[in-house]
Amino acid sequence: MTRITPRTRRVLIGTAVTGVASLALAGCSGGATDTDDALEEGGTITVWAWEPTLDQVVEDFEADNPGVTVDLVNVGTGIDSYTALSNAISAGTGLPDVAQVEYYALPQYALQGALQDLTEYGADEYEGTYAPGPWLSVTSGDQIIGLPMDSGPMALFYNKDVFDQYGIEVPTTWDEYLQAARDLHAANPDIYITNDSGDAGMAASIMWQAGGTPWTVDETTVSFDLEGDQGAQRYAEVWQTMLDEDLVSPISGWSDEWFAGLADGTIATLPIGAWMPANLEGSAPDGAGAWRVAPMPQWEEGEVTSSENGGSSLAIPADAENKELAYEFIEYANAGDGVQTRLDGGAFPATVADLESEEFLNEEFEYFGGQQANKVFSESSAAVVEGWQYLPFQVYANTVFGDSVGQAFLGQTTIAEGLAEWQSTLESYGTEQGFTIE
Amino acid sequence: MTTTSPPIAITRPTRPGSRGSHTRHAGGRWTGWGFLAPFAIVFALVFIAPIVYALWLSLFRNQLVGGNAFVGLDNYIAAFSDGAFWAGVIRVTLFLLIQVPIMLFLSLLAALAIDSGRLYGAGFFRLSIFLPYAVPAVVAALMWGFMYGTRFGLVGNINDLFGIQLPDLLSPDLVLASIGNIVTWEFLGYNMLIFYSALRVIPTSLYEAAAIDGASQFRIIRAIKLPAIRGSLVVATIFSIIGSFQLFNEPSIMQSLAPNAITTSFTPNLYAYNLAFAGQQLNYSATVAIIMGVITMIIAYVVQLRGMRKAD
Amino acid sequence: MTTTRLLTVAPAARRRRTGTVERPRRSVLLTVLTGIVLVYSLIPLIWLFINASKTQSDLFSTFGLWFGGEFALFDNIGRALTYDDGIFLRWFGNTLLYVVVGAGGATLLAVLGGYALAKYRFPGKRAVFAVVIGAVAVPGTALAVPTFLMFSSMGLTNTPWSVIIPSLISPFGLYLMWTFASEAVPTELMEAARIDGASEFRIFWQVALRLLAPGMVTVLLFTMVATWNNYFLPLIMLRDPDWYPLIIGLNQWNAQAATAGGTAIFDLVLTGSLLTIVPLIIAFLFLQRYWQSGLSAGSVKE
Repeated sequence: MTRITPRTRRVLIGTAVTGVASLALAGCSGGATDTDDALEEGGTITVWAWEPTLDQVVEDFEADNPGVTVDLVNVGTGIDSYTALSNAISAGTGLPDVAQVEYYALPQYALQGALQDLTEYGADEYEGTYAPGPWLSVTSGDQIIGLPMDSGPMALFYNKDVFDQYGIEVPTTWDEYLQAARDLHAANPDIYITNDSGDAGMAASIMWQAGGTPWTVDETTVSFDLEGDQGAQRYAEVWQTMLDEDLVSPISGWSDEWFAGLADGTIATLPIGAWMPANLEGSAPDGAGAWRVAPMPQWEEGEVTSSENGGSSLAIPADAENKELAYEFIEYANAGDGVQTRLDGGAFPATVADLESEEFLNEEFEYFGGQQANKVFSESSAAVVEGWQYLPFQVYANTVFGDSVGQAFLGQTTIAEGLAEWQSTLESYGTEQGFTIE
Repeated sequence: MTTTSPPIAITRPTRPGSRGSHTRHAGGRWTGWGFLAPFAIVFALVFIAPIVYALWLSLFRNQLVGGNAFVGLDNYIAAFSDGAFWAGVIRVTLFLLIQVPIMLFLSLLAALAIDSGRLYGAGFFRLSIFLPYAVPAVVAALMWGFMYGTRFGLVGNINDLFGIQLPDLLSPDLVLASIGNIVTWEFLGYNMLIFYSALRVIPTSLYEAAAIDGASQFRIIRAIKLPAIRGSLVVATIFSIIGSFQLFNEPSIMQSLAPNAITTSFTPNLYAYNLAFAGQQLNYSATVAIIMGVITMIIAYVVQLRGMRKAD
Repeated sequence: MTTTRLLTVAPAARRRRTGTVERPRRSVLLTVLTGIVLVYSLIPLIWLFINASKTQSDLFSTFGLWFGGEFALFDNIGRALTYDDGIFLRWFGNTLLYVVVGAGGATLLAVLGGYALAKYRFPGKRAVFAVVIGAVAVPGTALAVPTFLMFSSMGLTNTPWSVIIPSLISPFGLYLMWTFASEAVPTELMEAARIDGASEFRIFWQVALRLLAPGMVTVLLFTMVATWNNYFLPLIMLRDPDWYPLIIGLNQWNAQAATAGGTAIFDLVLTGSLLTIVPLIIAFLFLQRYWQSGLSAGSVKE
């Protein structure tokens, strides 16, 4: 029998500890690729994004990592950029290393296998870092296909000056909202409680808040039930009432008329995502001080529900050239120092830490007369209804929303009928594209 | 010698070699191709190759789930029963039947007026009427779209000023006419210039003869000017027809201003565009575009043949 | 003998038709009636000028056809030119590049081709124009995606070539040069040169080109407008804003408002539009003289 000398024992223990430690470390990264080396090696990555706060992030990232160049290109907003991205994916060339993809568009790309699974680089460690809504949106099955950049928990922005002038109380339920709409419009026919010319994103968010599941997606099987779904019905009811009684302005969002209406009070409220303040400050400066923020109107008295409206992630195309360096960038921008930089620039976070931080919550918005609006947004973020899914062809669905439901906004049909037509268009599209439609 | 017919006449190009004197030359049979080569090569690259590719695409179907497969004429069959597509075709046909004659008529009037020499400041007129052609469609649609606005646009201002309620020019009933207005505005000067140029080459001797005969202005127009520009009338008509069938720029830009009035299948070209880029249905998009191309070609040839026959 | 005479009547800057046969009375009525068309043509441009001089807030609050509170045209121009590190100037440079090479190239190709069609017999000639017209009849959207995929595989997308190459084909230019060349270049002249032993290319270069110049100017003008205003294909081909022509850049500015966190810059869009139009107008004014002589060349043979 070999006697183990004290020295040998120390060596053995040392080796054992080291061995266990390295196993533990390896276990921690779950076999993921280490991307730190990419930072040291340097190189160039191309980022396709329209988010303005990224300009500063790119500067800082390059300053922190000499040898790394980031080419930030704005190839269009929203759907325009998806056209560019889809074209690049079809062509197989000209792909960026990082692309800004809104949450509703992620499933479409995930289905094609066009996005890199970030668990390979260890993204699953971020599970608790983000609010539930955004995190759900960037997961696809077992994969993580992007890191959340911002979020858009909904809130009711309202023009307090207008409400005070006509003695309207801030509505807490949708019934109260309808009544407020009637009162306002009766008092002054030029004023509308809100505008909508047929916004598909708004429709989805409202249905979401109403607890709806107008469609269920199980990989490549999609089933629709816009007619029977509770969320869809609630949306149709409220919106149809507003259309019938001429309570909603036909102005399109994001037009110059819209900004003018927000500034001069003829559009009195906006149920919209929490990223709106930057736009109000930049494009409707004349309304400063008049607006406030309140929680979304509820469907049932006493409930606390909300949903997301907009928001995007940063994703990496599967065939991108410099994926490791790309991952370093999106980590920096969405989980590292970049987050604070963006918040300073006016972005709305998706990270729990920021959503709950004292500094964030206590921030006073001049535009809202000193109101600590982030408290409202943060509560809304926590109240997002679970269980919502986007279609694997949501981008397409939103483009054809106007052809069907949009016609109701012109008075040519009703919302309910429009939704039914939308459903049948989507069903044909789905079948044509090889999905199983039930 | 065929001096009396003006240079811009469509009859001549289709009867080459009948002009008598230039049948013999030292260059050989292929010299012509030598000069035509640069145009022909780029043309093949930029037009022929993509058309062939588009034809190829139209015979396949690429699905989000399931990938690419050869489907033969299935896409064409689907297109023939596609209500949205044919609604768009009817719409552009209607557009064509109304807008083109109005625009050409106005252009002709303007050209005749300027050519008559009876205007004060004809040069200024000619330039100013032609200016809209220089304005990009994006800017034109933007300007007119803003002016059509009922709240802050010119229409709104007029409503306030006169206390009336002009009809909403961006409503589904009127939006096509509103687009027609923009297109007319853009191309009136262009067509005017084509006609004017043709009028300018009418030999003065004809006018001298008419003056001797004591013909009135109207007779001069009918008997001399109009026949002389028949060729350019036909050409202008053909290009306008092609332009109408391909209507895309203006509705595309106006879509954000009249979002539900201008549907994704408002015109066939817009439909093909949305199919390709919003729905990633490249194959069906190619099919739609090819069908439109064939329809356009047929009508263009019919117009050309009729125009030619009249000239004879 | 014939040669010399025809050469001396080369129509470079001749004005043969300064007036009509009789000098008719100027008609006020006709002027007024045509004036209606004039007003129709000019109002939007006037509107553009007026509104480019307004500040963003004035845009929404003042009457469309009169000036706003402050005259901010020069301010706006300054801002437009310096916005986003002066990218407007870069776009302007790009547009110049595309126009010079594209329109210049298109004119050259049209001249060569038109000359060939007018002056030579060759197999397949009859089919050529039919094919060209036929190809133009196919909607651009049918060609966009295949062209994009083709250019992608050649590595041309997102480069200036993807914009320039397609703009080299001007069917209308080809047609114009064809008809012009058949009138302006007398075959007798060519025959004479051939007898003297000149090659076909020399004949073209030294004899015909001079005679074709006025027509070329017209084609150049039309192709310049087309390339300056080129919208659809560059929209698809170009991804990098550094390569955008002015029109696409303006489009992006216009769309910029429609983004979370973006600022609306409608005043810059209008100012930019005004700045985009001005060079073309100047080119028109400058090249105006050549139209008249160019298009009246047919009157040479009397």
